[in-house]
Amino acid sequence: MSEKEEFEPKIIGFLCNWCAYAGADLAGVSRMQYPPNIRIVRVMCSGRVDPSFILEALKDGADGVLVAGCHLPSDCHYISGNFKALRRIKLLKKVLEQFGIEPERVRLEWISASEGDKFATVVKDMVDQIKKIGPNPLKGGIEA
Amino acid sequence: MTEEKVGAILVVGGGVAGVQAALDIADSGFKAYLIDQSPSIGGVMAKLDKTFPTNDCSMCILAPKLVEAGRHPNINLITNAEITGLNGELGNFEVKIRKRSRYINEEKCNGCGSCAQKCPVEAIDTYNKGLSDRSAIYIEYPQAVPLKYIIDREKCIGCGICQEICKPGAVEYEQEDTEATLKVGSIILAPGFESFDARLKTEYGYGRFQNVVTSIEFERILNASGPYGGLILRPSDGEIPKKIAFIQCVGSRDAQLGNNYCSAACCMYSIKEAIIANEHVPIELERTIFYMDIRAYGKEFDAYYSRAREEYGVRFVRSRVANVEEDPLTNDLFVHYVEDGEPKTEEFDMVVLSVGMRPPKNVEKLAEVLGIKLNQYKFCQTDTFSPIETSKPGIFVCGAFAAPKDIPESVVQASAAAAKATATIASERGKLITIKEYPPERDVSLEEPRIGVFICHCGINIGGIVNVPEVVEHAKKLPNVVYAEDNLYTCSQDTQVRIREKIKEFNLNRVVVAACTPRTHEPLFRETLSEAGLNSYLFEMANIRDQCSWVHMHEPEKATEKAKDLVRSVVAKTRLLETLKKPVTSVIPVGLVIGGGLSGMTAALELTRQDFEVHLVEREKELGGHLRHIYYLPGSENPHEMLKSIIKDIHENEKISVHLNTEIVNVEGYVGNFRTTIRSDGNEKQIEHGIIVVATGATEYKPTEYLYGTDARVLTQHELEENLAKDRFSAKTVVMIQCVGARTKERPNCSRICCGHAIKNALKIKEVSPETEVYVLYKDIRTYGFKEDYYREAANEGVLFIRYDDEHKPKVTQENGKLMVLAWEPILKTWFPIEMGTLALSVAVVPNHDSERLARMLKVPLTKDGFFLEAHVKLRPLDFATDGIFLCGLAHWPKLIEESISQACGAAARAATILSKKTLEVEGIVSYVDEDLCVGCGLCISLCPYGAIEKDERGIARVKEVLCKGCGTCGASCPKRAITMRQFTDEQIIAQGLAVLRGAVCG
Repeated sequence: MSEKEEFEPKIIGFLCNWCAYAGADLAGVSRMQYPPNIRIVRVMCSGRVDPSFILEALKDGADGVLVAGCHLPSDCHYISGNFKALRRIKLLKKVLEQFGIEPERVRLEWISASEGDKFATVVKDMVDQIKKIGPNPLKGGIEA
Repeated sequence: MTEEKVGAILVVGGGVAGVQAALDIADSGFKAYLIDQSPSIGGVMAKLDKTFPTNDCSMCILAPKLVEAGRHPNINLITNAEITGLNGELGNFEVKIRKRSRYINEEKCNGCGSCAQKCPVEAIDTYNKGLSDRSAIYIEYPQAVPLKYIIDREKCIGCGICQEICKPGAVEYEQEDTEATLKVGSIILAPGFESFDARLKTEYGYGRFQNVVTSIEFERILNASGPYGGLILRPSDGEIPKKIAFIQCVGSRDAQLGNNYCSAACCMYSIKEAIIANEHVPIELERTIFYMDIRAYGKEFDAYYSRAREEYGVRFVRSRVANVEEDPLTNDLFVHYVEDGEPKTEEFDMVVLSVGMRPPKNVEKLAEVLGIKLNQYKFCQTDTFSPIETSKPGIFVCGAFAAPKDIPESVVQASAAAAKATATIASERGKLITIKEYPPERDVSLEEPRIGVFICHCGINIGGIVNVPEVVEHAKKLPNVVYAEDNLYTCSQDTQVRIREKIKEFNLNRVVVAACTPRTHEPLFRETLSEAGLNSYLFEMANIRDQCSWVHMHEPEKATEKAKDLVRSVVAKTRLLETLKKPVTSVIPVGLVIGGGLSGMTAALELTRQDFEVHLVEREKELGGHLRHIYYLPGSENPHEMLKSIIKDIHENEKISVHLNTEIVNVEGYVGNFRTTIRSDGNEKQIEHGIIVVATGATEYKPTEYLYGTDARVLTQHELEENLAKDRFSAKTVVMIQCVGARTKERPNCSRICCGHAIKNALKIKEVSPETEVYVLYKDIRTYGFKEDYYREAANEGVLFIRYDDEHKPKVTQENGKLMVLAWEPILKTWFPIEMGTLALSVAVVPNHDSERLARMLKVPLTKDGFFLEAHVKLRPLDFATDGIFLCGLAHWPKLIEESISQACGAAARAATILSKKTLEVEGIVSYVDEDLCVGCGLCISLCPYGAIEKDERGIARVKEVLCKGCGTCGASCPKRAITMRQFTDEQIIAQGLAVLRGAVCG
C-alpha cells in the first residue's frame, strides 16, 4: 500500500475492560461506523497503562495512541485507576512535546459502557486530527 | 411431613435487588433460582442513565453483576416466567411456575442478532419507553442477560425471515409455554415497583401533550443508547429544549390518589437528571425543579443538592404545580403554580414528571398465590424489627416492594434477605450446589508455545464482511501457530467439543479465538480449555465482530486487514502467556463484630444463625448502644422489650463470645485470616477470625446554639423523649427546631433521622397532653417512604410546621425567665414570637470520635463527614474495598432501626460468602514482584487501592494475592519494572501493541 496516496494513520487504543472497551463493544452492537484505523488492546484498567507502552508504540511508528477509561470521578471499577491514568498521561504529553512529538498524538478519553457513540466519535475525530498532523516522524526513522 | 429441608432458594424478580440476593445465596453454598417476568434480568436500573450522587454510569456498574449472575454455576435464570402456585412450608416449598414461550430455543440462540437486523417489523421499544422502535424479534437492550432473543408474537407478521436467517436454527414459531415445579427451602421476593401511571394526573397533560415526559422516559432520553442517541430532544419536533421543568411528587404524597407515601428516590433522581441534562445539549439549559420538600436524606445527598443549586445552576421552586397547559401551535408548555401566595405562570419547552413508585403489577395475585399480607398501599407488609420478613414464615422481601427506596438500600436489603433466607436452611449448605470436576492440568511450562487459532464467522455477522478464510491463512503463517480453522459459530457446543479434540490432536498448549467480545465469551472458552486439561489462562480472544466487522460494514477489505492485525497482535501476546494458579487461602470460620449496639448485635446473631462463631466487641460496659435511649416508636412496637430480648439472645448464644469494656488495639492479616489484639482492663488478648463487621455506631451532636446547656428547658429530642417516657413532661408549648448542627457549612449533610424523631415526639406529646401546642421549625420535612403517614398524622393532630431557611433561622432568647423564640413566618413574611415551656433541638448525628483510629487500623477510608466509606455507594454498600471487612449501622450513616437491622443482616450475608468457604480461591490475574529487581521504594504500596501490597521483612514489596483485584496500576508505575500484572505483563501488552504496527513481517 502506497503511503503517498492517502495517509491512513495507525492508532493503538489501550482500553479499560469495564467502561471504554464495553463502550467500543456497544458501538459495534449499535452498528455505528467509524474508520478502521484503530487497533484495540484490552487492559483491565486505564491505570494499567504504563507511559512506556505508549512510548514503545510511538517509537515503532504508531501515528496515534488512545487511552480510554472510566469517567471521573467514580466510575472506575478499581476505585481510582482513572485518576492515575490522568496524571501519567498529562505528564507524558509534556515529555513528548520536549522531544518534538505532537502531544495530540496521544489522547486520553473517558468513555462509559453506554457511550458507543462517544467511542465512534472519538475515533473519527482522532483519525481526522492525525491525518492533519501527518505521519509519525519516528516512522521513517524506524524504516531507515 | 419430612424433616429434610431443601438447600435451594427462589428469588422472585431479577432487578438489582434480586440479582444481589441470588449472588449472595449462590456464593454462600446454596442453589438460587432467579425468576423474572421479563425476557432479561436487570430491572429498572438497566434503564437508568446515571446514578446519584456520584453520577456513575448505571449500565457500567450493573452489567458486570448481571453477567456474573448469568454465568454463575449455582444460579438458575428463569426469564419470561411467572409464579402460578405455591405449596408446602418453610424448608420445603413447591413453587409452580409458567415459562412463557420466547419462540426461540434458548439452548440454540447464541445472541448474534442477525434475525433482528433482518426483521422487517417495526414495533414499539418498551426499553426506551416507547420513544423509539425495535424489531419484532428482539432483545430488551444490548447488554441483555441472558443474551437470548424473543419474538413479540403480537407484532410478528410470521414472514419467516428470521427462521431462514438463523443459522443455529433457534427460531421455533410453534414453541409453547411450559410449566415446571421448583423445590426450594425459602423464597425471596424482589419484584420491584411499577412507575406511577402519569396519565392519572390529568392536570399535567401526560399522554396529551407530547413534550410532557416521565422521569424514566427522560432517563432513556439522556442515555447514549436511548432514542435520540443521548441528545435531549423534544418528542414533538425534535428540537433541543432550552427550558425544562421537573415536577416532583407526581403520584406520591397525594391523598387524592390514595398514594399518601413518599416515593423516597424522586427528589434525588430529579436533581441528578437536572444536573446531567446540561451535559447532553450544546447549550446552557434552564432547569427548574418544582418541589414540596427536597428529601436529600441519604449519604452525602445534601452536598449533591447544594452543588446542583450553586455549581450547576439548577433552580428550585417550592411549590406544588397546579396544572400544565400546552400551546397547540408550538407545543410549548405553560406551568401554573403558586409561589409565596401568588399565582404564577411560566413557559417551558419540556416538562418532566417525577413519577413515584407503585407496587408491582399484579401484586395482589402474587400475594394471594404466596399467601402473604400487603400493607394499605399494597406494598409488602413488614415490621420495624423484622423488616425483611413477610407475614409468611420462609418468605422474605427486599427492595422497593418492601417500601419505596433507592438502589443502595435495595442492595442492602437484598443481602439481608439472603441472610434470612439462607439462615432458615443453614443445615443444607453445600448440598445442592454444583462443583465441577476438571481433568488434571497438563504441565506446559517446558513446551514451546503451540497455538491453535479458531476464527468465527458468527453466521454472517463476521463472515459477511470479513474474509474469514483469508484471516485463517494469515493466522497459519504466524509464529508458533500450529493450527488454525474457521467455524460458523465458535461458541456453539459442538465447536467446544471440536476445540478440545484439536487441542489433543495438535498438542496445542495455547488457544486464540477470534470472534466477538471477551467480556461475554471469554469464560466459556476458558472453561473449554479447563475441560481439555489446559490451564484456562492460556487463552486470549481477538474481537473481530463488535470492534471490527460490525463497525466497518462498508469497508470489507479494510475490515479484513484489521481482523488480521487483531489476530496477529493477540497471537503475539498469547505466545507469552503463562500458566496461572488461582491463589488460595484458608478461612477461619469465625467473625469479629466491632460494636455492640443494635447493628452489631444483629450482625452477630445472624452470623450464628449461619452456624459461625462470633466475637462481639463492645467498648462500653453493656450492650445496646443507642437503642438504650429509645423509649418508644411512632408505631406500636416496644423498643425496650426488643432490646432486652436481643441482649438475652446474645448472652444465651453459645457461639457468641461477648467482650465488654474492650477496645481494639491492633488488626493484622487479611481476608480469611485476621489476627486482632483486643484490650480489656489492661489485659491484651489475640483473637483469630476470617471477617470483620464494623458496627461502631455514631453519636449525637452536642449543641452550642439556642441556649442549650444554659437554660434547662432547652433539650435535645432524646432528652425530651426520656422526659416523655418517664412522665417528666408538663410544658404547655413546645417548639422543636430541626437541623441543629446539620445542613450547615461545617456539616453540609442531612442527618436523616431527626425529622422522624421530631414527629414521633410531637405525636407522643399530643397523645399524653393533647392541649399542648407543638411547633416544628424546619427546612424540609424528610419523612420518606411510609413515614410520610406520621407527618400527615402530626399535622392532623394540630402540630404546626413552620419552614425556615438559612437567612431566617429561629432566634432563641431568655428574658426575665421567659424562654422565647422568634420564628419567621414565610407566607406573612414576618417574625413572630412564641413563648415556650420546652425547646427541643433536633440535633445532628455525628461520627464517633475514634472512627479515625479504627479506620487507620483497618486501612479503610472515611467520608469527608467522618463516616465510614463503603467500597461503592451504589452497588457495594456493605463492603469495604478491602476484602473481608464489612460495614453496617450508624457507622455508615445515620439511619432508622429497621434500616440498621437490614444493614446488619446484609453485612452478615456478605460475610457468609467468605466464612462459608473452607478455602478462598481468587482470580489468577494478580500482580507479582520480581524480588531481584525490587528496591523497596514503596510506590506500589501507596498506589494500590486495595492495600494488597506490603513490605516483607527484607523491606521489599510482597503481594497479598487474595486482596489483589488485578487492575495493574502498580505495574504501570514501578520505576524498576519489578512489579507487573500477570496475564497483562509489560511484555505481553507491548508485544500485542507492536505486532499491530509491524505488519505481517513476523510471519
